[in-house]
Amino acid sequence: MTSSPVTRARDRAARAAVEVRLEGLSRHYGPVVALDRLDLTLEPGQLVALLGPSGCGKTTTLRLLAGLEDADAGRVVIGGRDLTHVPANKRDMGMVFQAYSLFPHMTVRQNVAFGLRLRRVGAAERDQRALEMLDLVGLAEQASRYPHQLSGGQQQRVALARALAIEPQVLLLDEPLSALDAKVRAQLRDEIRRIQLEVGITTLFVTHDQEEALAIADRVGVMREGHLEQLAPPTEVYSRPATSFVAEFVGLTNRLAGEVRAGQLTVRGCTLPLVERDTPDGQVVALVRPEAVTMVSHDAPESGPLVGTVIAVTFLGATSRVTVDLGDATIMAQLPTADASALPAGSRVALTIRPDPVLVSASSSPAVSMAGDET
Amino acid sequence: MAAVTALSETPATSAGRPRGMQARRRRRLNIFRYVVFIVLGLFFVLPLLALLRFSLEGAKLGTWSATAWRQIASYQNTGIPPLLSAIEITLELAIITCAVMLVLLVPTMIWVRLRVRWLDRTIEFLCLLPLTIPAIVLVVGLGPIYNKIQHFSLSSLMLFWIYVVLALPYAYRALAAGLSGIDVTTLSEAARSLGASWFTVIVRVIAPNMRQGILNAVLLSWATVFGEFTIAYLLLYTNLQVELYSISRNTPNAGVLFATSFAALIFTFALLLILSYAGRARRGRR
Amino acid sequence: MAVAATTKTGARPVRAGHRLSAPAWLGTVPFLAYVAIFLLWPTGIVVVDAFKNPNGAWAFSNFTELFNPLVRGYFIGSFKLCVFSSLVGAVLGALLAYAVASGDPDGVVRRLYLSASGVLGQFGGVTLAFAFLVLIGPVGLLFHASWYFDFPWGIGLIYIYFEIPLMVLVFLPAIDGLKIQWREASENLGSSAWQYWRYVGGPLLMPAFLGGTLLLFAAALSAYATIQAWENQVAYVVPQQISTALSSEVGLSNVNVADLLALGMVILMAIVMTGYALLQRRAARWLR
Repeated sequence: MTSSPVTRARDRAARAAVEVRLEGLSRHYGPVVALDRLDLTLEPGQLVALLGPSGCGKTTTLRLLAGLEDADAGRVVIGGRDLTHVPANKRDMGMVFQAYSLFPHMTVRQNVAFGLRLRRVGAAERDQRALEMLDLVGLAEQASRYPHQLSGGQQQRVALARALAIEPQVLLLDEPLSALDAKVRAQLRDEIRRIQLEVGITTLFVTHDQEEALAIADRVGVMREGHLEQLAPPTEVYSRPATSFVAEFVGLTNRLAGEVRAGQLTVRGCTLPLVERDTPDGQVVALVRPEAVTMVSHDAPESGPLVGTVIAVTFLGATSRVTVDLGDATIMAQLPTADASALPAGSRVALTIRPDPVLVSASSSPAVSMAGDET
Repeated sequence: MAAVTALSETPATSAGRPRGMQARRRRRLNIFRYVVFIVLGLFFVLPLLALLRFSLEGAKLGTWSATAWRQIASYQNTGIPPLLSAIEITLELAIITCAVMLVLLVPTMIWVRLRVRWLDRTIEFLCLLPLTIPAIVLVVGLGPIYNKIQHFSLSSLMLFWIYVVLALPYAYRALAAGLSGIDVTTLSEAARSLGASWFTVIVRVIAPNMRQGILNAVLLSWATVFGEFTIAYLLLYTNLQVELYSISRNTPNAGVLFATSFAALIFTFALLLILSYAGRARRGRR
Repeated sequence: MAVAATTKTGARPVRAGHRLSAPAWLGTVPFLAYVAIFLLWPTGIVVVDAFKNPNGAWAFSNFTELFNPLVRGYFIGSFKLCVFSSLVGAVLGALLAYAVASGDPDGVVRRLYLSASGVLGQFGGVTLAFAFLVLIGPVGLLFHASWYFDFPWGIGLIYIYFEIPLMVLVFLPAIDGLKIQWREASENLGSSAWQYWRYVGGPLLMPAFLGGTLLLFAAALSAYATIQAWENQVAYVVPQQISTALSSEVGLSNVNVADLLALGMVILMAIVMTGYALLQRRAARWLR
């Protein structure tokens, strides 16, 4: 009995989990620059998530890697081989699209076996491997059904099985969860990660949903306007954003007016260390995470720069987000729900900011941004 | 969604020349497309050009003259009605047919979509049935009916009764396409909750949102009427096509034949082309 | 307390405040009545009279007339012409549809060809025959095609002229329905362009293609004006035979034979159109 495709895939991945290198990739459509000399390396077996607003170039990167579009300049190197001029159908990659990619006239089994058929694998072996792949994604009983009879989540799992059935070197996922319901999305996201780890395949995952990216990636690449702003593990991207764009795109951020003097930042009466020590003196906008804002007291506090009236409390589970009107600004604090429950709308509360290193933004107008809510 | 990505531009490298496999494939596809367009385009255009050329033929072969075109208004031959009257009749027929078709189909289709969904398939079947029953067959069975009609009027305008039926398949499809683009139920419920009667809902709320579909339906019905020959001929009425046929039997090379044919064609084509732009303008405004 | 508020169209009264209102389907009565009178009744007459003879008695023996060699000849003639023109028209129409579909969806070329297809698909009959006559007939402008008056080639070519646009109109939505993700997924899994068409694109388009061919066949079968204007001395096809039977000057016009032929046509058309409808439904399911 031959080994299962998972074991085979894992062995192969372990033998030859490949490194993916994108060097100096550029691509433009007429006057619009989609990618500008992008450099990106995926370590063998890693899952890298590309995150960014629409138009940032993440999908273009993926498609260039897949060979579905031509690069204007730069190289694509997989496992040491330059594949830049190799056509898409010879690149040995598995791709999962956002939607609609299953062939409607074939059964689930036939869909999954399609890549094997193209590689002239015999019918019996094809079917067996397809079924094993379907087992991996938990859909073996649906093998004889047609795509239109499956739910969106099931279809994407079939798409994943189909992509993995050919035992590719690289797995590409183009916003695979965007078209699904929220609940299904969370489930499937974890399953994709589980399978990816099990098989050990180098993976590129494109999404605009930061929660997804932070939840499953080994490293997150935040992109903007064709550039990579930061490539780092999720915790680092979140708590030590490299640029103000990353700080504002990933997670929620308070934008507060402050002043820098001799390397020290003062924001609303609190002294905070700076991420960039050599920030010049002057008025700045400080980017402060809601989790860094904590409650001091809530019983008839005296006035102060961080004393205000509660506008709203948003229940998020273990924590709650409290929005407070400070008179000349609004601030968001993320507090344990137990504390937040003592703060009905309209009550007075005094806050402080924890002394974590803080980024300052070049732009003006310090309104509280809900940047992290962008989808 | 088009089967292949839009191909109008191929991105250029800084060197100015497109390279890469996708670009090569696009170029091959474009060559195929242009060959097809040119070959078939010629096939379609040549007979039309021939029509035009013959319509401008003078008394001697090879000369040019616009007499045929001027004759449209005044052509008359013994034994057949004047060409102009045939054109007039057909125009009137077309207008009446379109009007009756709209009054008959639009409220019915909307009503069915709103309140009698279970009849949807039946209506569709009935509307597409005339495609299955050729005009030549209908003529055979229309004898007794038109005998009765002729007690009331001998005018060729009476053809409209059957012309509406002939136009049904095309009009139905155009209107169905127009209907499918709007949420009929929600609109009607909103209107009814504001106090509108069913009449208002149909005429003032739904129909205006089907403008494109209605225009399409009118145009296709119009083309059908202008192109109809069989029934008019065999029931011994006169319309444009019958007239042209009769003229050709008398004087096979009458230039006026070609002039009229060409004019009718270009007119309909221009209408359709304008219509396709009118549709786009609406979408663009959103 | 309730005040009746009837609408202008009396056929469907909905009185405010009353439980009882006329059933909704009454609103479709005008349409149904119209279709019944002007479509179903004439068809019914054809079907019934096909089995009667001139003095009104039932004569099922009329049916055997359908197998009379002469009549069979006309059906074969129709068949030859329709198969030829529908096959050629379908293939060329499919190619043209693909060429149009793969271009800019909002571009001039697409609009031009679509509008042209709308007009030329209806452009049959007398004027079309004229156009070809002056193009390749005896005094043809382009050249004189010696086969112009040959059946089925000359008339077949004329039929193809309106078959192609018809095919474009019917087949184009199917091509538009081919999702680009299928092509990309197929490539990604390793297929060449040929393999894509063979395993994915082709099978997906086949129902629409076959359906289109059937529709073209039906259109060719029912065409009368064109062939009559092309050459009205000799009858080749069933519609011409029907009109001859209707207006024969030899003795009594044999309406019943005409009915019979008409019935034969209806049966044939019904088979073809049912096939078309079934294929369309399959195509629609995949390519919505």
